[in-house]
Parts: sequence; structure tokens; C-alpha cells
Amino acid sequence: MTDVTESAEPTEPTLDLLYSETEEDLRAAVRALLADRAGHQAVLGLIETDSPYVPGLWKPLAADIGAAGLLVPEKLGGQGASHREAAVVLEELGRAVTPLPYLTSSVVATETLLAPAGESEAAAGLLAELAGGRTVAVLAVPLSTAPGAELPLTGPVAGVADAAIADVLLVPRADGLYAVPAAEATVEPQTPLDLTRPLARVTTGAGSGTRLAGPEATGPAVRRGLLAGAGLLASEQLGLAEWCLEETVRYTRERHQFNRPVGSFQALKHRMAQLWLDLVGARAAARAAADSLATGSADAPLIVAVAQAYCSKVAVRAAEECVQLHGGIGMTWEHSAHLALKRAKSDQIALGSTGRHQDAIAALVGLEPPV
Amino acid sequence: MTGAEELRALTRKLLDAYPPATTDRTDFLRARFDAGLAWVHYPAGLGGLDAPRALQAVVDAELAAAGAPDNDPRKIGIGLGMAAPTVLAHGSDEVKRRFLRPLWVGEEVWCQLFSEPGAGSDLAALATRAVRGDAGDWIVDGQKVWTSSAHTARWAILIARTDPDAPKHRGITYFVCDMTDPGVEVRPLRQITGEAEFNEVFLTGVRIPDAHRLGDIGDGWRVAQTTLMNERVSIGGSRIPREGGMIGKVAATWRERPELRTHDLHRRLLDHWVDAEVARLAGERLRQQLVAGRPGPEGSAMKLAFARLNQAISGLEVELLGDEGLLYGEWEMRRPELVDFTGRDAGYRYLRSKGNSIEGGTSEVLLNIVAERVLGLPPEPRNDKDVAWKDLAR
Repeated sequence: MTDVTESAEPTEPTLDLLYSETEEDLRAAVRALLADRAGHQAVLGLIETDSPYVPGLWKPLAADIGAAGLLVPEKLGGQGASHREAAVVLEELGRAVTPLPYLTSSVVATETLLAPAGESEAAAGLLAELAGGRTVAVLAVPLSTAPGAELPLTGPVAGVADAAIADVLLVPRADGLYAVPAAEATVEPQTPLDLTRPLARVTTGAGSGTRLAGPEATGPAVRRGLLAGAGLLASEQLGLAEWCLEETVRYTRERHQFNRPVGSFQALKHRMAQLWLDLVGARAAARAAADSLATGSADAPLIVAVAQAYCSKVAVRAAEECVQLHGGIGMTWEHSAHLALKRAKSDQIALGSTGRHQDAIAALVGLEPPV
Repeated sequence: MTGAEELRALTRKLLDAYPPATTDRTDFLRARFDAGLAWVHYPAGLGGLDAPRALQAVVDAELAAAGAPDNDPRKIGIGLGMAAPTVLAHGSDEVKRRFLRPLWVGEEVWCQLFSEPGAGSDLAALATRAVRGDAGDWIVDGQKVWTSSAHTARWAILIARTDPDAPKHRGITYFVCDMTDPGVEVRPLRQITGEAEFNEVFLTGVRIPDAHRLGDIGDGWRVAQTTLMNERVSIGGSRIPREGGMIGKVAATWRERPELRTHDLHRRLLDHWVDAEVARLAGERLRQQLVAGRPGPEGSAMKLAFARLNQAISGLEVELLGDEGLLYGEWEMRRPELVDFTGRDAGYRYLRSKGNSIEGGTSEVLLNIVAERVLGLPPEPRNDKDVAWKDLAR
């Protein structure tokens, strides 16, 4: 064979935008587990109880499949995989709208600890616990915090996701990053729009907990954690949007009105076809974000912002179309479309709104606003 | 089967026998065709060597490195992309020998006589009639439209109705039409941009020998599928750089002209920038799927995405330009040899891109195709499939 050279080769690094066989195997394992243990009906049965988390689901996913340690090198107690694999796990969790602290603990908190773990034994020890799925930790910042945003450094913090199930809270303070055992903190549940991702107001005593990183290292560590979170949230949004489209197609093929399947009306099928087009883009964007994080590309902050700005919009549109094209049944509590809608709308705000990400893009590519 | 090394050797042999520097362009291209190096996946004797299509790149690279002339494929795209595969698949041996060499060399330009004023998205409803003459030849009357290159073409691929009593898909026959026949009249079709890339073609008593029929009588719709499938083959060749295409133009204007900026335009520019970057990544993902031998249905998404993007971005650019957006380069009626989507001013881009969601399948028809073939949604009920063409409403 031959090596084909092309002229005017783009300067951007080449991203691997496909799925590997290993990634597809991982997907199959996670999908089978969720189908078995955490179907939408099971989730619907739990969301109004004290805890929406499916009992006994975290260990098989986090520890047995090993999903909690994907971002962590083997020598630090993890699987030595990458953001590409974690993204596939999140696609599946997005499809199923599963209440689990994967994004918060296994991505954001874990990524936040990766750099401090090289300097601090306490951080390394906690990281190994997270990677093994034995401990759940969440970063004590509002879920809406964008990568690079100002952090709350004192006082109670509202809107902390999955704090209710966390064993440890990672608290950024003016003098460094602290690990505070949940037992030493006050965690007051709030009523979230998305019942599958509980929010709480977290108060920790000044000086409580163990310091994991100094003041200089804290900002970069948290920014890194939030960047990975934002980039991989795109995969959760992709999975959620895929489920919405598949379910809508399935339903409109079966549902008959006017003596024909409603999915045969162009007014409906064009909307579903348009969603499919949006998903083609969302898949490319989410894969690009995961791959650029996995390779530590200098382009990662830009591609993550692009993926967030795009996939947030697609997930919300897919969920809104899912409700509308289901008609009356889509408006009921018993149908699971609202799980997807509430998750999609919350995800749009999580880890930075579209406007925040667009501002980041404008700064990174030199498209400055009017003076 | 011919391998890469063998092709390299044959290419060097051609270059030795016909040094590009001292050989006439047409002579060189003819010799290349006769050596089987024109399109290596074609049969031996018809410009090819029955080699894998992917190996064409080996030949092209050798020839480009030696400074050999090419056949300027942009100017003969319809011949290469549509007529040739159809002639190859459905023509007699004599027809293939007669037409393929001058087609590939570019000595004879081809055009496509398919669309009609009354048959656009519903191409199978076409009304141009072909009637058997006394001499066994065919006599064609009708009107075709949106024909690129009709004014320079020597030959046309033509579909015409031969049986009005059959349902519309079953009464069509496929021909090669001589564009120099006195019954062929070509008129430029002026577009909203002011120029005429396309033509209207009026056919009045045009005579076509039966030997120039491709496929069986009444089988023209099936033959035309060969033509139309090949229209979409050439996607996904090379990587596109960030800000390639129209977004690069408006981004450059934004950076160079701060006095034009407003907050509203800024938000919309960023929306489009994100969409353009995602479309670029989707195109790159499609390319990687093709390279990996796993082509997906995503190709059909790209035309739809780019039509919408081009229209939105060029519309924003006209608005951004303000006072200059009120002006237009020139309205003079011209007949460009090649279509240029991005080279001219914003007003032209805005108007020309309106065609992107119409030409080569309207976006509405493509959405139906995605819905039915990719998503598996049920078709609309149809009342035109089993009715004689002559009884259809029009």
C-alpha cells in the first residue's frame, strides 16, 4: 500500500473520534448492568424517597467494572484508562438518567486530586480510595461552576451535587484544598429540578478537614477537575439525547392517530430527522472533547467549551421534543420523559452555561465582543 | 489484481514514453487512458486495470510529482461522476469504447438532462417524451432545466418517458443524447445571483439512435439510480481546517473591523462558530469512519448541515457589514465555468447559498430520507405509485 500525502494539512491536532473495541465492550457491560438494576421504572420509584440512588448499584459499576478508576493511573490505584472510556460510561449513565455520583466523584473530584496526589500522601490516599470505588467524594462548589470561574472560598455553598451521598467533601479555601469528612460537615438537602442529581447546601467549619494542596495549587487543580467534568458532561448529554430520539422514534412508529402511525407524518418525522442530525454533531463534539482531554491536548479548553455549548443545546432540544412528540403521555409523571427533560435542563446549567462557554471560546479564538 | 508496485512501475513507464514537459496535454492524457492509469478500478481497455479503487492515489501521487497534466476534473465532473459509471454499468461494448476515452480526457464534455420544470423532487414524474421513429431510432420532445455545462457539452445523459400508460417509475428509458442535434436548444437560466451557472434545454424532434439507449426500454429509472448514487460518492476526501469555509470569512471580518461589532451579532457569530466547528468535527469523524472501513449514514447529514450553516453564516455576514451589506459586487449576467461558493463578496455568498438546500436534493426530501432510511419511520401514504403516469395530477 501507499502513504497518501495531502496538501494544506490543517494545523489542529488529529483527534480520534471513533470508538475502540475496548470502549464498546465497556459500554456493553455498563448498559447491561443499568438495564438489569436501574431501569427508568426503578428510578421513578426512587426519586421521591430519601435517596434516589439505586441501592447496591455503585459497587458493581465503580469497583467491579472498575469505572471509578478509569482516569487514575494504575500506580495510584486506578485502571490507567482515560477520559475516552469514562465518556462511554457517562453516555450510558445519560441514556438511563441514572442517579449515581459518577460525574461528581469519579470525574470532577478524581481529576481534581490527580495533580495534588503527586505532592501529598493524603491526596494520594484519598485518590486511591475514590479509584477503587470505596469512597465517594464531591467538590464543594455549586454545580453551575464553569471551569475557570471564581470559586466560593468561605461560607456555606449551595447547589453542591451528590453531597448527600458523599463520604468526603473537597473544599477549596483561601489557604488550600481540604478534604472534609461528610460527618464533620452540615449537608442540608435542597429540592432540585433534577431529582436524579440531588443538590445540597454544604457548610464546613473553618479549618476543618485535612489540607491536600496549598493555595497556589488549588486553583489549577479545581480548574482541571471542572474542565474534565464539563468535557465529559457532553457525553452524558449525548447519551441522554440518543435515548430521547430512540424512544420518540419507537413511540411514534407504534402510536396511531388518523388511521396511521403518527411517525409517518412529515411534520413529525422532519423534527426527528433534525434531531438525528444534531446527534451526529453532538457525537463528534463529545468524542472530540473526550479525546482532547485524554491526550492532554492544548486545544482541550476550546474543544470542551465547543462540546458544552453544542451538546447542552442538543440534549435540551431532544428532551423537549421527546415530551412534545409523545403528546399527552409525555406530560405524565409515570412516563420517564420528564426524567430526561429535567436532567437535560439541569445539565445545560451544570459546569457552566452556554453563554459562559461561548465567552471562553470568544477569548480563546480571538472573537472579542464589542468594546 | 494489480498492486501498488506494479502501478508505480506502469506510471513511470508512461512518464518515460511521454515526458510531460515535451508532450501535448491531450496526447499525454490519451496515452494515460490507454495505459489503464486513468481510473485504475475500471476494466482493462477502458482506461483501467481492474485494480482496487484506493490505488488510484498511488498513480495520482506519482504523476503529480512528475508534473504531469491532469484532466481538470472540476470541469468535467458530470461526465466523470455520473455519465461514466452509468455508461460502464449499462452501455454496450461499442458504447463504452466510443464514449469513455474522450469523456475522461475531457475532449467531450457531458451534461445531465434529468430535472424538468414539472419534475424536481418528484423526478420520476418527468414528461419529456421519447417516441420510436420509423427508422427504429427515438424522437424526443420536452424541456429540461438546471443543466450545468449544457452550453459546452457534446453529449448528455437523458431520461425520457417512453410509456405514458405505465406507472411513472416504470415507463422511463435512459439515453445518450447528442447535444449538437439541431433539435437541441440551450438557453442560459439566470439565477438570483445575477449570473447563469445553469441552463434550460429545449428538445424538439431530437433524434437518438437506439444504439445510444442505456439499459432496457422502460428500465430507465433503475439505470438512473446508478447515476444518482455516484453523485454522492466523492465525499470525505480530506481534512478541513478550523475556520475553513464561510465561517472563516466572517470571523476575519469580525477581527479586522471592530467598528462593525454589536452584542447581538457577537452572540449569533459565536452560535455559528460553534455550529461550524462541530460540523467540521462531524466531517472529520465521517472521514475517519470511511478510512476505517466503517461508513455510516452520517454522510447524508453533512449536506443538510452545511446548507443550513452556509445560509446562516452568509446572512449574518451581510448584516455585519452594515452599509457595505447594502451593496452588491455586480449584477452583470455571466456564465461562470466553475461554481465558486466562497470566493466572492458576502452578498453573493448569501444569495448563492440559498441553492444549497435545493440543489442535489432539497433539505425537505433529505430529511424524509433520513427519517425513513436511517430512523426507520413509516413512509407517508402514497397515491402515485400504481397509477398510469398519464393519469397523474399535474
